[in-house]
Formats: sequence, structure tokens, C-alpha cells
Amino acid sequence: MRQEQDNKLIFELSVPGRISYSLPELDVPEENIEDLIPVDYIRKSPARLPELAELDLVRHFTRLSKRNHGVDDGFYPLGSCTMKYNPKRNERMARIPGFAQIHPLQPIETVQGALELMYNLQLELAEITGMDEVSLQPAAGAHGEWTGLMMIRAYHEARGEQRTTVIVPDTAHGTNPASATVAGYRTVTVKSNERGGVDLEELRKAVNEDTAALMLTNPSTLGLFEDQIIEIAEIVHEAGGLLYYDGANANAILGYARPGDMGFDVVHLNLHKTFTTPHGGGGPGSGPVGVKSQLIPFLPKPRVEQQGDQFVLNWDRPQSIGKVKGFWGNFGINVRAYAYIRTMGPDGLKRVTEDAVLNANYMMARLKPHFDLPFDQVCKHEFVLSGRQFKKEYGVKTLDIAKRLLDFGVHPPTIYFPLNVEESIMIEPTETENLQTLDGFCDIMIQIAEEARTNPDLVKNAPYNTKVNRLDETTAARNPVLRFEYTADL
Amino acid sequence: MNKFSYIPNTEADRKKMLDVIGVQAVEDLFTDIPEKARFKGDLDIPKALSEMELTRLFNRLASENKNLEDYTNFLGAGAYQHFVPSVVDSIISRSEFFTAYTPYQPEISQGVLQAIFEYQTIVCELTGMEVSNASVYDGQTALGEACFMAAGATRRNKVLVAQTVNPDYREVLKTYAYGQNIEVVEVGMQNGLLDRADLAAKLDDTIAAVMVQYPNFFGSIEDLKWIGEQAHAQKALFVVAVNPIAMGLLESPGACGADIVVGEGQSLGNSIAFGGPYLGMLATTKEHVRRIPGRVVGQTKDLDGRRAFVLTLQAREQHIRREKASSNICSNQALNALAATVYASYMGKQGMQELASLNLQKAHYAFKRLTSIAGVEPLFTAPFFNEFAIKINGNVADVNRKLLEHKIIGGYDLATTYPELEGGMLIAVTELRTKEDIDTFAERLEAIL
Repeated sequence: MRQEQDNKLIFELSVPGRISYSLPELDVPEENIEDLIPVDYIRKSPARLPELAELDLVRHFTRLSKRNHGVDDGFYPLGSCTMKYNPKRNERMARIPGFAQIHPLQPIETVQGALELMYNLQLELAEITGMDEVSLQPAAGAHGEWTGLMMIRAYHEARGEQRTTVIVPDTAHGTNPASATVAGYRTVTVKSNERGGVDLEELRKAVNEDTAALMLTNPSTLGLFEDQIIEIAEIVHEAGGLLYYDGANANAILGYARPGDMGFDVVHLNLHKTFTTPHGGGGPGSGPVGVKSQLIPFLPKPRVEQQGDQFVLNWDRPQSIGKVKGFWGNFGINVRAYAYIRTMGPDGLKRVTEDAVLNANYMMARLKPHFDLPFDQVCKHEFVLSGRQFKKEYGVKTLDIAKRLLDFGVHPPTIYFPLNVEESIMIEPTETENLQTLDGFCDIMIQIAEEARTNPDLVKNAPYNTKVNRLDETTAARNPVLRFEYTADL
Repeated sequence: MNKFSYIPNTEADRKKMLDVIGVQAVEDLFTDIPEKARFKGDLDIPKALSEMELTRLFNRLASENKNLEDYTNFLGAGAYQHFVPSVVDSIISRSEFFTAYTPYQPEISQGVLQAIFEYQTIVCELTGMEVSNASVYDGQTALGEACFMAAGATRRNKVLVAQTVNPDYREVLKTYAYGQNIEVVEVGMQNGLLDRADLAAKLDDTIAAVMVQYPNFFGSIEDLKWIGEQAHAQKALFVVAVNPIAMGLLESPGACGADIVVGEGQSLGNSIAFGGPYLGMLATTKEHVRRIPGRVVGQTKDLDGRRAFVLTLQAREQHIRREKASSNICSNQALNALAATVYASYMGKQGMQELASLNLQKAHYAFKRLTSIAGVEPLFTAPFFNEFAIKINGNVADVNRKLLEHKIIGGYDLATTYPELEGGMLIAVTELRTKEDIDTFAERLEAIL
């Protein structure tokens, strides 16, 4: 039984008069504020921010950190999210004052090192993906998708074509159709075939003169490489559409395949997945986009370019879709990704993919006898199990299995995605986990499968060892309480 | 021996795993990649570096940047150098926070969830709004998202944005709006403030939103109440982009009738980092809560009745609604939001007011000091917070180049984005600038002019 009661909010720890802040005395002649700012514009009641001494503040957030599971705490096989080790050296590099303490609008000659880094990262990402140019401006994967689709739209419009639809497979991440909508497109969904790939007949029926693009994740969210990719590219290109590569699963192909060689015209990468930048509890990420030459004019502006021995920001981009983000992108994240690429080199990146794929296939082989495996073929960096037999026979849902995993100190896999697999469990080990960790997880999964058969209530009532029990999510959505409300006595 | 410290598998491990899988070699796991799509060469990128070599390379690159620890900075224009207390980096460096992802499993993610709930409360307190999301990418993209919210709420497809809004925000807004076929019309300016007559001329019942910045790009303080009344008279939403540090002094936009408040939260404990990662704040009223983009954390109870926190209102989001989602955002700026939460808690109720006051006083001292120089005049006369525009008798870029020789980073050259403001320099003065810094800047500027 859990002992713990409600964990206090920082506002509930507040005691009027206590402070953490340390500010210097005013060293210029003080003016009457009312002489500087019209009284009407001055705040009548201050923001009720918490009042704590510094140790109390530190303890509060340290306590919160202990109520959270990160990659450094334990295994985190969250499919599609590539929760690999976030190297400490990358953090150190990003904190060097020459990167962390430079203003984005400083004269260009004072930020040559930063621009050189961005320029080199662009080149290296272009090489890794087989594209002609890369922009580092998008802030995250979904932002990269939308940026890519905006470029595709600009490309068609420049050719005098008003194409209206974007095709996505039913296995696509939710961000794909959502990004299509934000870019002004209607989504057409095509069903997968029995091998988890694109159904070519369905695709042929779906493409027409309205098709702006097909968005594809390869390997797909089932962890399966789309081996018909060359034919797919032909079908889409023949109809005048472009091919968009969702790079969420790029960890599976480094040095083995490049979107550019597969026929893709636009690609985004998630630097917070494949390139080890930390996920930060939900962000920040970075979502660079790469394009083939015919789309270069439409890249976001400004472009980081080399002119002679100078690195510059080139704003003279008349066909650019414009700016997609403030300044030049999530620079601090790009610094970390660059540190990773330089640490790994070409051999290292290839080895990343080999071991990511090896680890996934190994786990799949170990778990196959114990779980339903809807697509029994070689996988790439991740694979998808189904918990449908446990639900049907024992009333144990995939959600229950996930919650039971929490008791063993591991983060559960992605569940209920992709949508075309019932009770899906999507496992992505990554290459940074060792064999003992993989075996340990498999043993736990096998134990839970056994529990589901012999003592289903044990699984259905899990978790037991977490700080809080399962949550009432329905009430949270029905009567949203989205902030702390002060009562009179606080 | 292994070559890569991030990859633990030894040859023996590999062999054992391949046996279990039932294949001979790792390459056998890649036969599903068709020949034509296969990459056969070696990636043409530089070879691997040891940690020492990497450190040397990065130190070399960093040394080719002039950083704000070595230079005295008066540049703002959307990115602000503030003091970041030690506790901020100490907390956000706890790897339980920074190596986690979106809290999909609330039972083991209460730390991030509660921190975001506290963040949402702090944003509401600063802005005077009722609800906040868990963050978007930055202030610029937050304005883009606000544009979508307003168009959806009003079923109108035209927004008005003041030319006194940061040009970078307007650029990004235009890109966002284009995708959704929303027309962006700019409202002119007068004396560094929104032109009231131009607003009256352009505002009618086809307008989804009136968008202003507070303080605006020039540091000047717009008359929010008046603008909000005009917007509401046409049933348009009133959208305000804020500098959160100013909220320690200025009336909150919520108290001035704002329907959506966005802001750049970088100032709240996030390093300036050449423009990112920053923190997009987005807050609104309860009325519009179901149009809010991205993650939102709500309070609930666990099955034993304990208070706990969870991602909520997910029916708006891309992973559920797909093409009908309120936004495509997935990853946000959670760690930057955590930094802001720690920062605002460190400042606290009193510190936030003192901080704002230091910014205000120092900026006004600098304004007086600089405009007393021959060849320097105020560009505008409107009230301002910690940033102001001057007009110098000379070319701003040239002057800035000369200031650099004295280890001073001068203000933003307004002619870059407002060609009509030739000679205009936008100067930011935060709590970091001492009287000595300001006096030296004034002396150097005087000598140059």
C-alpha cells in the first residue's frame, strides 16, 4: 500500500516574506515609477508567484524529479520515440559561453563559429539523408512536417498547380495528417496491405491530379521497411506528386539507406530521436528539413551559406516559404546533435543502426513465443506486438500490461499505436541498451504474460510500486482543473 | 574491443543475439531494403572524434563567437540577456527531467506533470489569463497558433497585426497564416505605437483578431484597454504578445481584455543561445480552452484519491484527432518551461516586481544618458519598459562595428526591418547592465558620433 499523500504544489509551500532571489541594489538615480509609466498601465495586484527560501525551492523540484522516469533512470523502450542515451558531453558543449551566450542578432562577423557549426551540420545531415540541402529552422518533427508540406505547396503553386490532397498510410503518426491540415491540405488515408506496407492498388486509386504529396515513414511505425518504396515513388511522381519522408524512424537506416536514394523529395529528421538530443520531458526538439534540388528555392529563409571564407545568413530568397520560427531554429539542440554526429562519424552511425536493428530483432525473437506478433518478419529498429489474446481470453488489456511494467522500473513501450494493430505494444530498444537490459525486459514481459494467464487481477490492478496509482483521466477531461486556484487563506 | 562508448554490444553479444534470431550476420537483417534503395558507400562525413578532440573542436568554434560574458550587450529585439540564477541550470540538469519524454505514463511522470501544472499556473498569474498550455516552440510560433485559434473561434479568415509587433513575429505569422488561407493585414504605426486611425479604418466584422505586442517591438507600451475595446466591438479576438519580465510591473493583458496572450518565455531563465531553444507561452480564457494547441496538464485524483496530474483534453490533439486536431504540435518546449517555472519561483512575488523595476529604472537612466549626447535623439516619446529606440546621427551598422572594438554590442539597427527608420537604434537595458556599463556605452557612442 502506498504511504504517500498528496505531494504539495509549490504554491502551497509559499510563506509570505521568504525569498530565493538575489538582486543588486539600484545603481542609477531612482525615478518615480508613476513619472515613467502612466498609472493606468501599472499593475494593480502582483502576480501571485510562490515565496520560498532557496533550499525549499531546490528541495521541491528535486522531489519532483524523483517522481519522474528518464532514460538515465532505466529502460525506456517507447516505440517511435527513440529514447536513447543523451550523452553528457553534448550537454557540456551546448553550455560553452561561445554557444549559450550569443545573441541571434549580433553582427554576423561575431558569430562565425556558430554559423560554421550550422553550415556543417546542414551538410552532414544532407549527406546522411541523401538530400541536396537542409534547413535547421524547424523546432520539432511536426514543425518539420508542416515546413516540408509548405514547401511542397509552394513548389506546386510555382508551377501553376493547385493540388489539394496529401496521402498518408493508416500507420502514419498523427502529426502527418495534422500537419497536412495546417498546411492547407485535405488528407487521404490509404490502408496498409497484409504485410504492413502500402497497398499499391489502393495507392494507385488514391493518386490523381490533386495529389500534392505522399507522406511516408520508412521503416513504418510497424518497424517494417517498405520494400516497395521504388514503385511507390514512381506511382506518386508519375501523378505529379512529391514524396515526403517522415524521419521519425531514421535510426533504422543510417548508412544503410537514404531517403534521397529511395526517391523522397523532402525529409525531416527528429534530432531528439536519432541524434541523441534530450527529450526534455516533452521538448525542446529540433526538426531539420532536407530537400532535393528542385525544392531548394522554397526552403525557409534565411539560409546559412558560405561565401568565400565567411559564413552568412542569406535573406535573398524570393521563392522561400518565409520564416517558420523565430531566429534560426533551436540552435542549442543543433549544437548537441552536431556533437553527436562528430562523435560517431560514418562508422559509428552505421553501427548505431546495426545495433538498433539487432536489438529489436533479438527482443522480437525472444518475445514471439509469448505474445501475438501480427507481422512476423524481419523488423528494423522497432516491432509491434499485439495484446489481443490477453484481452480476449483473460480480460487483460495492453494498458494493464503497460501499468504492470511500471512495477519493474521500466518505462512501458508505446501502446495503442499504430492504430491498425489491435491492443498494440510498440517496442523500440535503441542501440544504447545492453544485452542484460534487453534480457531483463524480455523476462519481465514473459512474467507478465504468465501472470495474465494465471492471475489476471494482479495485472489488471497494477501498478503497485509507483508513487501514485492509476489516474482518473475521465474526470480530468470532463472538469478541467488546469491551474492552482488560490484560496483566501493562502 | 568496442569502439563506441554509446553502444554496449560486444562481438560476443552480437553473436549470441544473431543465434537467437537465427541469422548469420547483422547484414542479414537488412535484406528487406531493396537493392535500388540501398546505400552502398560510406557516408561522407568526418570520422569519429574522441571526447577530448570533440571538446577541442567545439572550443575552437565557440571561440569564434563573441559571447555576452565577454562583451557588454545592449541588443534585445526579441531575445533578452537576463541573469539566470544558478538554481535554474541545477534543476533542469537533473536527468530525471531532461532525459524523459512527454509524460504519457502519468504514474511515473508526476514530476514533469506537476512542474507543467505549476508552469501553467505561473503563466496565468503573469498574464492574468485563465488557462495556459504546456508551451509551444517560441513567441513567434505562438502568435501563429493564436491566429489559428482566433480564426477558428470567429469563423473569420483575416487578422490585423500592428506594425509595432516584432518583424520576426510578423514574418512567422504570415507563413502560418498562408497555410490556412488566412489574410494578414498590417496596421500602421505612429510615434512607435499602433496607429489608432489606421486600426479604425481596417477593423470591421470580417476581422478574426487584432494582434499587438506589449511592450511592443520598440519597447513602447500600447494602450491595451483601448485596442481591446475596439477589437471586441467588432467581435474580433484581442491577441497580445508579452514580455513576461514586464509583467512584474505592467497591468496584465488579462485585466485589459485580452482573449489570447502569447509570449516569449526565454527571458524567464532560459539562455539566449543564438535564438533557441526558447519558450512559446500561450494562455487564453476558459471559453477558448478547447481550441488551445498542444499539451495541457490537468489535475485529477488517482484511484486511491490522491491528487495527481495528467495530460488532459487530449481530444484536441493530433495523436487522437489526426487531421481534425487543433494544431499539429507534438514535441514542445517542456524543459524551457521547467526553467521558466524554476526562475519565476526563484524570483517569487516580490522578486519579480523588483526585477521589473530594475529593468525600468536602468533603461530610463540609459535613455536619458544617451539622448543627452549631441547627435542622439529619442525616436519616439511613448512610455517604455526596458527597451527604447533612439535616432543617431550616423549609420547604425557602422557605429555598432566601432562599438565592438570597445567590447560593446550595440543596439538593433531598425533600418534592417523598418527602412523608414534610418539611423534608428533599438536598445535593451536589463538588470544586468550597471551604471558603469551604461555610462561607458554613452561615452563611446559620443566619441564615435
